Amino acid sequence: MASIATADPGRVVVEVKGLVTEFPTRHGPFRAVDDVSFDLGAGETLCVVGESGSGKSVTARSILQIVDTPGRITAGEVLLHRHRTARGSGAEETIDLARLEPRGRAIRAIRGRDIAMIFQEPMSSLSPVHTIGNQIAEVIRLHESVSKKEARARSIELLRQVEIPTPESAVDRYTFEFSGGMRQRAMIAMSLACNPSVLIADEPTTALDVTTQAEILDLIKRLQDDHGMAVMLITHDMGVVAETADAIVVMRHGKLVERGSVEEIFYAPQHDYTKMLLQAVLDLDRPSERRLARRAVQAIGGPVVEIRGLVKEFDLRHGFMRRKGHVLKALDDIDLTLHEGENLGVVGESGSGKTTLGRCLLRVHDPSRGEMLYRAGGGAVADVATASGNGLERIRRDIRMIFQDPFASLNPRMNVAQIIGEPLLVNGVARGAALRSRVAELLDVVGLPATAMERYPHAFSGGQRQRIGIARAIALEPRVIVADEATSALDVSLRTQVLDLLLELQERLGLSFIFISHDISVIRYFCDRVAVMFRGKVVEIGATEEVCTNPQHGYTKALLSAVPHPDPRHRGMLGRHRYEAGT
Amino acid sequence: MLLTYIIKRILWTIPFLFAVSIVAFALIQAPPGDYLTTFAATLAQSGDMVDQERLEALRTRYGLDQPFIVQYWKWISGVLVGDFGISFEWQQPVSNLIWERMALSLCLAVSTLLFTWAVAFPIGIYSAVRKYSIGDYLITTIGFLGLAMPNFLLALVLMYIGVVYFGADVGGLFSPEYQTAPWSWAKLVDLLKHIWIPVVILGTSSSAALIRIMRANLLDELNKPYVTTARAKGLSEFRLLLKYPVRLALNPFVSTIGWAFPQLISGAVITAFVLSLPTAGPLLLQALLAQDMYLAGAFILLLCTLTVIGMMVSDILLALLDPRIRYR
Amino acid sequence: MASVLDPRLHTDTEIASQWRLMWWSFRRHTLAMVGLVIVLLLYLIGIFAEFVAPFDPQSASARHVYHPPQMIHFIDSTEDGWRIKPWVQAYTLERDKFTLQTTFKPDEGKRIYLSFFGKGTPYNLLGLFPVERHLLVPDDPKERFFLFGADRLGRDMLSRTVFGTRVSMSIGLVGVTLSLLLGVLLGGISGYYGGAVDMIIQRVVEFVLSLPTIPIWLALTASLPASWPPLTRYFAITLILSLVGWTELARVVRGRFLALRGEDFVVAARLDGCSEKRVIFRHMLPSLMSHVIASVTLAIPVMILAETSLSFLGLGLLPPTISWGVLLKEAQNIRSIAQAPWLFVPGAFVLVAVLALNFLGDGLRDAADPYAQERG
Repeated sequence: MASIATADPGRVVVEVKGLVTEFPTRHGPFRAVDDVSFDLGAGETLCVVGESGSGKSVTARSILQIVDTPGRITAGEVLLHRHRTARGSGAEETIDLARLEPRGRAIRAIRGRDIAMIFQEPMSSLSPVHTIGNQIAEVIRLHESVSKKEARARSIELLRQVEIPTPESAVDRYTFEFSGGMRQRAMIAMSLACNPSVLIADEPTTALDVTTQAEILDLIKRLQDDHGMAVMLITHDMGVVAETADAIVVMRHGKLVERGSVEEIFYAPQHDYTKMLLQAVLDLDRPSERRLARRAVQAIGGPVVEIRGLVKEFDLRHGFMRRKGHVLKALDDIDLTLHEGENLGVVGESGSGKTTLGRCLLRVHDPSRGEMLYRAGGGAVADVATASGNGLERIRRDIRMIFQDPFASLNPRMNVAQIIGEPLLVNGVARGAALRSRVAELLDVVGLPATAMERYPHAFSGGQRQRIGIARAIALEPRVIVADEATSALDVSLRTQVLDLLLELQERLGLSFIFISHDISVIRYFCDRVAVMFRGKVVEIGATEEVCTNPQHGYTKALLSAVPHPDPRHRGMLGRHRYEAGT
Repeated sequence: MLLTYIIKRILWTIPFLFAVSIVAFALIQAPPGDYLTTFAATLAQSGDMVDQERLEALRTRYGLDQPFIVQYWKWISGVLVGDFGISFEWQQPVSNLIWERMALSLCLAVSTLLFTWAVAFPIGIYSAVRKYSIGDYLITTIGFLGLAMPNFLLALVLMYIGVVYFGADVGGLFSPEYQTAPWSWAKLVDLLKHIWIPVVILGTSSSAALIRIMRANLLDELNKPYVTTARAKGLSEFRLLLKYPVRLALNPFVSTIGWAFPQLISGAVITAFVLSLPTAGPLLLQALLAQDMYLAGAFILLLCTLTVIGMMVSDILLALLDPRIRYR
Repeated sequence: MASVLDPRLHTDTEIASQWRLMWWSFRRHTLAMVGLVIVLLLYLIGIFAEFVAPFDPQSASARHVYHPPQMIHFIDSTEDGWRIKPWVQAYTLERDKFTLQTTFKPDEGKRIYLSFFGKGTPYNLLGLFPVERHLLVPDDPKERFFLFGADRLGRDMLSRTVFGTRVSMSIGLVGVTLSLLLGVLLGGISGYYGGAVDMIIQRVVEFVLSLPTIPIWLALTASLPASWPPLTRYFAITLILSLVGWTELARVVRGRFLALRGEDFVVAARLDGCSEKRVIFRHMLPSLMSHVIASVTLAIPVMILAETSLSFLGLGLLPPTISWGVLLKEAQNIRSIAQAPWLFVPGAFVLVAVLALNFLGDGLRDAADPYAQERG
């Protein structure tokens, strides 16, 4: 284990010692948190990092004893050194939170007042039927004896502090009337209501877009400086860690793997797991060497797909009395060209229209206007936008799709042989024994054994399922593959593996990719060119490295500067570019 | 926003009411032959002279020799001014017979609904919060029995117990001395003394259903992230429970008016028959058996109207309770 | 979840189809298993009613009017020792000289011996094979015994209840089948096509749901001619019940269809080149089936209760057809139930059947989506 004391012992406000939290199961107790110890100093940011299932979230909840039933703390101490906080009276006052009755008055007085918490999903973590103001004022009135009017005035002030526009009217609005970022701001306002000395943030930005994430992290940082809070930030994103942390705790399978200062962890990691986590992130921070080498051997060919003036409007009118004017322009005059053997990235945030673009190209959605010319192998050109019947079927054999969610995109009621065999069967390519041997061949190509055939999707992990999805996509020997967030649902360590598999397939089968992602590092690794989308328009397009290093459009600059860099010595995100829409 | 929603919802009931009236009229049209044949037969049976001229007058009055639409039009335009036609069996206008019974039916249904809520609300909460406790198991068991037991069977069993063990007749809504008396304070008190038995009988199955719904919803809500948020604020378990999960679990509770009301009105027909209550049910049954169709039609129309209005009230209450619905 | 693809780790769960997974999760549900057994038992009784019933349910006997239920004994002890032989205590009829009221008194000296699988009234098993054997008959064909008592015409309540089981349980099944056809068809159309069709069907469903069912049923059944033969009436009643019952199923099917239509794996199937028909039948229907089956099971008790209520009021099935509701009509009169509380026996059957079906349905519903937890 690396150096033990990361914070100045005189400034430690929360001290966790040998914490064990267990969930009883049918097979005996399951230790979600297993003998974890760390310190949290005043004004310091401690990042708890780990992949899904590492127990980082349960650790955070154990501090306030709000672990979901039936979990409970079975050993260890959680010491709150109150005399070292602004709330302390000066006299030595240390409380062991783990000893307090979870439903008792003593711990309740600490929750929300000394230690406040914010959560991942700002939508479901706030009550949908109470106004924002009601929920903020509740905390204030719970811990301090103030009048309703005063609590309301303070709520408005807090909303102003977290930069919510027109706080006077926002205070009476409901959560569903806000965007994700605004909701998280409201959540932060709520947690700050009683000036806590410790703020626990459980994946506060995971559900948000990268530019919003940067703003929220920025806000937390600023508030931390203003209030001198200790912040415990739980995250799976090494980039976020590098941007924010003073000290780091790495967790895996409920155990503490390594802890130390940000410098120690990033530049001198001791444990293999930490090294692996860092390596996975660093791998993705540069272009794939394999791709570059390949392009040197085989140049990119002529256009395969040409999209011209593509428009997609969604009709939002509903109900019996249809009113006019509710039309959403998801795609607004898109021009794009995909060349043979090329990987074209499409990057953008949620609502930018990137997924709609992919789905229009496969005619999952019918475009409203414009053309999408596809040049088939023989040189014949067909417009995907107007194709129907046999023509469309032929195009769909050549252009295939890989989906984001490896759980939702495989029918749980069909086994792997049926799933991969389906396109072969319905297109009359193969049947019977020939079909089985072809499926076995495809499984081999994506790196799965032939024995996988009889199994159902639930027998596979996320990465393996994504391989099954890829096998289905290449079954018909397509020429173009649209990959929609194909690696987003996977843990970082698996992403490079899947991307490398796709590159290998490109070499073997001569594929061209349209690769849709919100993650600029994945795009940088995989794509030759990138198109940046913002509110249904392509705002910038160019060679990936060119765009990444020398962005032209304001939005691209904002997007790139908001991406957290996994290098604590280059904290660029906080001095980032802001892009106001409409400018 | 809220106001537009309410107005829209009220406007929506108009086509529903129109459809209801068509259904009611189609139902009274369904038996073979027209009512005048039945009427003539009734008259002949009781030994009266069949006055052909009068029959002819009635035939024109209700347009019986004309197509469905015309008959419907004549009927509905009468209904709109309060003329429901005449009851052939009772030899008097339908409107004389129905209103008091409808009022008692409505009274019974509303009382039962209130009873159902009063029972289901605390028990549902208890059952969810003390999941898998002995009390929860007991409630669940009783709830299942309540669901499986047809109302009329429960009424019969209670009557049996009443007669055999207490020697008392539990039927009726009034003591004999008040049955035909005009409305007075004493009569109202007498009504309250009697109404609880049918209320309990009718309310059992809907309470059981509602407890199950409340329990399931609350269990769902108890695991939602916003509960954790509230806990992290330092709220006490009890206040937290009432302010957040219970508040959200109330939505389906209110929507019960929508489904429970038609069921209560339905169930009341049979229970009222068993307990011989002076409500709409028994007279409707009698009218149907005697093919006294204008009387039956009036009851069906009014009962359906009640449930359609019940649905509307439930939707409006739901919008008041849940801001999300107003914006949909 | 197996993260290592080692052929030796080829466990059962990995190659289990949805039905197997459902069965595994259903089996853990004790109450549902109990419900399943009872439901199967009731349907078996219904199918083999002629065999299970000791007597012809219609044969009246003036000597046995309101004969009380007799307890069945299995051990026959006499002065000569004891043997295993089922018997019941015989009763004699006594008439009070002054009030002329009749009462049954146990006849201590007389036992009626019974045998399992003995010969009784001949019948056609399943309408095919002529058989004489019954589950339990008196040794002396002239004797009668009444485990559930007798009704006002001296007919055996046990035999009547058994035949009632056939009609009542089957009406639930047939009625639900009809509702299912309507519900799946309309719900499927509504959910798959959406748009204006969906709107219209949804309004119709809402409308039907807002109607008070019993008055409507009453009015519909009241318009059926009383002269119709029993079988025609049976089907007419079933049809009327299902006309109201389809809405709930339509809602379930529509909701599922809507949810499924947007699922990635359905989109993937369409991109694979599947025809509409194949998308629906091969990819969507299997996911729907389990939910539909659960909803159907929960709809059967509603049908049974409805039939019982209608028949009880004299507007559903009519004698000589025997159903639980028809039998309970006998218990309508407070004087008769005070005198013969065993007339409630069919009510107990209704209770048990409805409970068992509810348990079964709940268990099925919980097991319906074996993949749910995993994604959560």
